[in-house]
Amino acid sequence: MGSIADFQPGGAATLTRPDPMLPRPFRVHRVHQDTRDTYTLELEPTDGAPLAWLPGQFTMLHAFGVGEAPISISGDPSRPDRIEHTIRNVGSVTAALVAAGPGTVLGVRGPFGTGWDVGTGRGGDVVVVAGGIGLAPLRPAILELIAHRADYDRVVLLYGARTPEDILFTDDLRAWAERDGIIVEVTVDNGQHAWRGRVGFVTQLVTRAGFDAVRALGLICGPEVMMRYAAQALSDRGVRPERLRLSMERNMKCGVGLCGHCQLRELFLCVDGPVLGYDQLAPLMSRAEL
Amino acid sequence: MTEEFDGTRSVDAESIPQPISPRTLDTTGLQALIDALAWRGYTVIGPTVSGGAIVNAPIRTLDDLPRGWGDAQEAAHYRLRRRDDDAFFGFAAGAQSAKPVFFPTDELLWRGRRTRGEFTVEPESDDGSTAATAGQGPYALLGVRSCDLHAIAIHDRVLTGRVQADAHYTARREEAFIVSVSCTDPGGTCFCVSMGTGPRPEGGARARFDLSLTELLDGGVHRFVVEVGSERGADVLSDISALPAPIDDLAAADGVATSAAGRMGRTLDTDGLKELLYTSVESPRWDDVASRCLACTNCTMVCPTCFCTTVHDVSDLTGEVAERHRVWDSCFDSDFSYIHGGTVRDSTKSRYRQWMTHKLGSWIDQFGTSGCVGCGRCITWCPAAIDITAEAAALRGVPQPARPF
Amino acid sequence: MQTIAQYLPEHPFFAGLDDATIDLLAGCAVNIHVRADEFLFHEGTPADHFYLLRHGRIAIEVRTPGPPMVLDTVEDGDVVGWSWVVPPYLWTFDGRAVTDVSAVAFDAACLRIKCLANPLLGYDLMMRFVRLMNQRLQSARVRLIDMYGGTQTHG
Repeated sequence: MGSIADFQPGGAATLTRPDPMLPRPFRVHRVHQDTRDTYTLELEPTDGAPLAWLPGQFTMLHAFGVGEAPISISGDPSRPDRIEHTIRNVGSVTAALVAAGPGTVLGVRGPFGTGWDVGTGRGGDVVVVAGGIGLAPLRPAILELIAHRADYDRVVLLYGARTPEDILFTDDLRAWAERDGIIVEVTVDNGQHAWRGRVGFVTQLVTRAGFDAVRALGLICGPEVMMRYAAQALSDRGVRPERLRLSMERNMKCGVGLCGHCQLRELFLCVDGPVLGYDQLAPLMSRAEL
Repeated sequence: MTEEFDGTRSVDAESIPQPISPRTLDTTGLQALIDALAWRGYTVIGPTVSGGAIVNAPIRTLDDLPRGWGDAQEAAHYRLRRRDDDAFFGFAAGAQSAKPVFFPTDELLWRGRRTRGEFTVEPESDDGSTAATAGQGPYALLGVRSCDLHAIAIHDRVLTGRVQADAHYTARREEAFIVSVSCTDPGGTCFCVSMGTGPRPEGGARARFDLSLTELLDGGVHRFVVEVGSERGADVLSDISALPAPIDDLAAADGVATSAAGRMGRTLDTDGLKELLYTSVESPRWDDVASRCLACTNCTMVCPTCFCTTVHDVSDLTGEVAERHRVWDSCFDSDFSYIHGGTVRDSTKSRYRQWMTHKLGSWIDQFGTSGCVGCGRCITWCPAAIDITAEAAALRGVPQPARPF
Repeated sequence: MQTIAQYLPEHPFFAGLDDATIDLLAGCAVNIHVRADEFLFHEGTPADHFYLLRHGRIAIEVRTPGPPMVLDTVEDGDVVGWSWVVPPYLWTFDGRAVTDVSAVAFDAACLRIKCLANPLLGYDLMMRFVRLMNQRLQSARVRLIDMYGGTQTHG
């Protein structure tokens, strides 16, 4: 369903590509509450046709009668039969999405955007810096790294969360550190007495982390302020700006570069991004209100 | 990069077998042209006088056209005036361009129904008809100016030449017939010459037409030189008796264009303009324009190349039927750039800077041409008399003359 | 294990100091060991030391009616404590060993007197502590905007 039939050649859409403006129905298979306000939904297509996607891409998730929100895919790229989205409840649409119980049908448009392109880090170290829910769009990239672990040297994950209760994917973090050869360093902005781990801002982890900056690939995701400081810190360590990738966020409506909302100067973040190189982003992030 | 939609159903202008030489039509012939188009099933849209302005509306006879009307345009100023001749097209840019014809203000994207936990989505019909336009196409546009022709080509690239073609737009464009006119009387806010977009429709990839008229009122018969721009145009013209245009008429048509080119109300120096805008992010000029700009969005509404839209999701009282509409939006709108936690472009200053930088600068990186066609509408229809050409010159450091308003 | 005088020159915090100054500092320092959950210092007590953490983790905590809140942690190789610089020279927070800790403890009361006598030494030391305070202040300020939980987030 949803494909445009019979129109003249000359346009970009083809008979085989479904209309990206039409939501595809996906049924909620499982809901897992990660933290007090964050939930991971596992979705499966009602027509059985799996969604082909790349780590770093997002979909527009539609709650019938409420609206849509752009949500990064947070699942395992080697398992396209079910797609996972980790959603933080911050408004009416995300509230409706996290409240969708198993069996609810949601609309999915996409996937859209550029991916992390992890493969370009082969033969060197990979440093992943995540802040808050920014770990969710990075999770597929980490899973891809693990699936091809031998292709990479050191893989380091530096993760900052608000408090210990806000740490996402705690089981994964433990498995990645203990079983999958990932160096995992976690810090929180503040913690209660019972927390035995680090307290401090995530960029402080960058100065201490052990990696070979010159050949490293850096992947950064989180609030824009955090990404700006993290990119600067990695750059100060010697990671080349064109080897630093950030996932940028702006208002999104269409996902296909037509509505104009997601523009960051000449870039349409839904088409040219959301993953972009720091060499391109640095001048655009250094000014207010661009 | 995908193929650009070329605006015609069949071959492009360069490969029409045997260039068809220009013809001449008198006023009876103009009516015959309108009739021929109507007979072929087109709804003919042309300029009309309404509410003190020139607006596009369906026309049937010459009496529907603004015969003998001209206009006076300046920053924040638009008036119609009576001409001392009978010209049908003796005015500059009308209040709206062709944009709303192909790109409606409200477009139904899909309708969805929810039953027992399932939901199905019905796309709008593939021929492009929607609730807004059902039964009204195909359209023949009469009187499209060269600036607006360039704007149509720009929209073709924006809306069909990127990742995803807008299917409704493509369908409407494919079936539309365009009769452009050469400007005889440019206005106080026109600067198509600076932008390389006029005053005479040139045809070619950036300014395609099916037929193009140049109105001649030189004391002889009131007539039009008709140029053919496509096979479809030749086809329609063959329905009307039109004699080949004499050499003198061709020269007169050239003269009209030359004269109009010399009477532009504004100029815009486009040299290095993108780089200037990219490096002027902190210019104090933005604060100056922000003190005048009301963020009313008039400029984006009348601009023939602005394309920003948003979506409205509506459902009925039962919650069982939902519709998604695409509606025009404007980057001047206060929550255009809203993301959770705040609005990126909160100040009017940042929004004006965004619009102008995009229109004259980043558009080039995105689509290969400037986004501005020099039609002057944003200057005429700005209630605060903000002039994009003056702002560009000010950024360059060129002192601006005071304008009376 | 290295002596303090051998360890200090390798440490970035003390980089660039001449041998005489290193010896002076080492002369004011002792190695200490603290067991997990023991306190190195308490809020409101005289700040007569600062510490260079060799191994372990120290939590900078504030007492509340409920459980204490951890504001910062100090890791291997970090320097902690600048209340000795600022009158009335009292610790503003608690410092608790999260793990077993081995550290170099510097006699700050002694160093204050030496800095008064040798302004150049005083200036040099103060500049190092200003840099440390700057880092800690930046980290604290950026965390105050609560970007993960508050107004800013990522899709």
